[in-house]
Amino acid sequence: MNKKFKLSSIYLVAIFLILYAPIFYLVFYSFNSGGDMYGFEGFTLEWYKEIFQDTRLLIIVLNTIIVALLSAAISTLLGVAGALAIYYARKRQTKNALLSLNNVLIVSPDVIIGASFLIFFTMIGIKLGFISVLLAHIAFSVPIVVLMVLPKLEEMSTSMIYAALDLGASRFDVLTKVILPFITPGIFAGFFMALTYSLDDFAVTFFVTGNGFSTLSVEIYSLARQGVSLGINALSALLFLFTLLLVIGYYFITKKNDRPNRMGVRQ
Amino acid sequence: MGTKSRNYYLIPYVLWIALFVVAPILLVLYYSFFNIEGHFTLENYKKFFTPVYLKMTFSSFWYAFLITFFTFIIAYPTAYLLTKTKHKQLWLLLIIVPSWINLLLKAYAFIGIFGTYGAANKFLEAMGVGGKQILFTDFSFVFVSVYIFLPFMILPIFNALNDLNPSLIDASNDLGASPLTTFKRVIFPLTLDGVKAGCQIVFIPALSLFMLTRLIAGNRVITLGTAIEQHFLVTQDWGMGATIAVFLIIAMVIIMLLTGKRKSGMLR
Repeated sequence: MNKKFKLSSIYLVAIFLILYAPIFYLVFYSFNSGGDMYGFEGFTLEWYKEIFQDTRLLIIVLNTIIVALLSAAISTLLGVAGALAIYYARKRQTKNALLSLNNVLIVSPDVIIGASFLIFFTMIGIKLGFISVLLAHIAFSVPIVVLMVLPKLEEMSTSMIYAALDLGASRFDVLTKVILPFITPGIFAGFFMALTYSLDDFAVTFFVTGNGFSTLSVEIYSLARQGVSLGINALSALLFLFTLLLVIGYYFITKKNDRPNRMGVRQ
Repeated sequence: MGTKSRNYYLIPYVLWIALFVVAPILLVLYYSFFNIEGHFTLENYKKFFTPVYLKMTFSSFWYAFLITFFTFIIAYPTAYLLTKTKHKQLWLLLIIVPSWINLLLKAYAFIGIFGTYGAANKFLEAMGVGGKQILFTDFSFVFVSVYIFLPFMILPIFNALNDLNPSLIDASNDLGASPLTTFKRVIFPLTLDGVKAGCQIVFIPALSLFMLTRLIAGNRVITLGTAIEQHFLVTQDWGMGATIAVFLIIAMVIIMLLTGKRKSGMLR
């Protein structure tokens, strides 16, 4: 029994090491004065200095954040409306049809979403750039918000709504004073997921971004295609820290939100 | 709900569905009937059934299968052992954290690790095997893909194992089943839904990831996703790209039907 336990611990530890090694490898070499990821010559912060002095990169970071915040906010509004629409749908078939359509963008591979949006935007004459990227990010974040909010709505007891209506509340009052406060944790989780979806997206953005506009993921891709440069390492170290903060934030949101293992996995 | 009230929430939501779910898919289908000169034709479909494209489709499926298979082989024991740990939710969270790191950064890390003078080759030299070309091979492509997909496979299997009623295992043991029989007859069948969900989550993106083939496999591996990207963004032959996209959508639907209905929507 004891030996079995040891073997299983070794297996788990190995998995953890493999999962984290590449990330720490990147972070470690971001301090390398040697200029490549092969031999560590000496400690330096010059790569961090370099990326903070790179105005073009800073603008891209700013773009990425603006797109993420705007798309998360708008898709949260749309997603909450969507969840309410599904919740209020009277027929079971309508409900299921809406849910299936909702899930199409969640299961579709990124290339399909990217390619189809590229056709769509060119067709209706939207210039590729900030607007097309923003619209695409809103579009693929909506279904995830719906999925985060809907369970909360379904959890809510309908007698609360009837009680409010009996006591003379208008439909608007029911929404703002009864429903919204109850589903707030779901809305936060949805907003948060939308934010991370947008920050993380590469493939869809890559298709609809055009020439003038770039987000961080697209920029990293074009840098990485040119080979190793430790600026990317420094950038990834900062992004790793940022991701950790997001994870911690999300952990606390879902903890309030009951079942923690329901968390969406990201890709 | 309120008998007279209309479902106004449907308006923005249905608009979203029409514009960003239905319209793009129909447009892909529409474009697949046009050749590069913009004439209505079926030649894209004819072209798809030539050996070049069929071979590419086949190898794309083969790689996706390999990736899914190895991910599963590694993920199942991990998920199983995770359910046996104390503080399992915390450990699970730690497994999931790497999946939140931008995929391109992870791919980039492997460019360094698998490079000619990278850590992997240094390790091989220290072992006495000697340096090898690792980057830009099939091995590196499958390895990095498995690395990236591992957390997505672990999570659904973990959830399935976690929901398993332990008294069933006790009952099986009491009735004299060996641990292996218990696993084969009780644990595995009852966690099959999690396995299916995991395979679906891994297989579909494995067919379509194009950045990995570009960065790690050095264009040696061409998946359906790479071909679509190539046609849309490099050769500008949207019709052919759309045709491949149609087949990818068909493959996706078939896989989803095969792996059954998945309740908890988790990711793309």
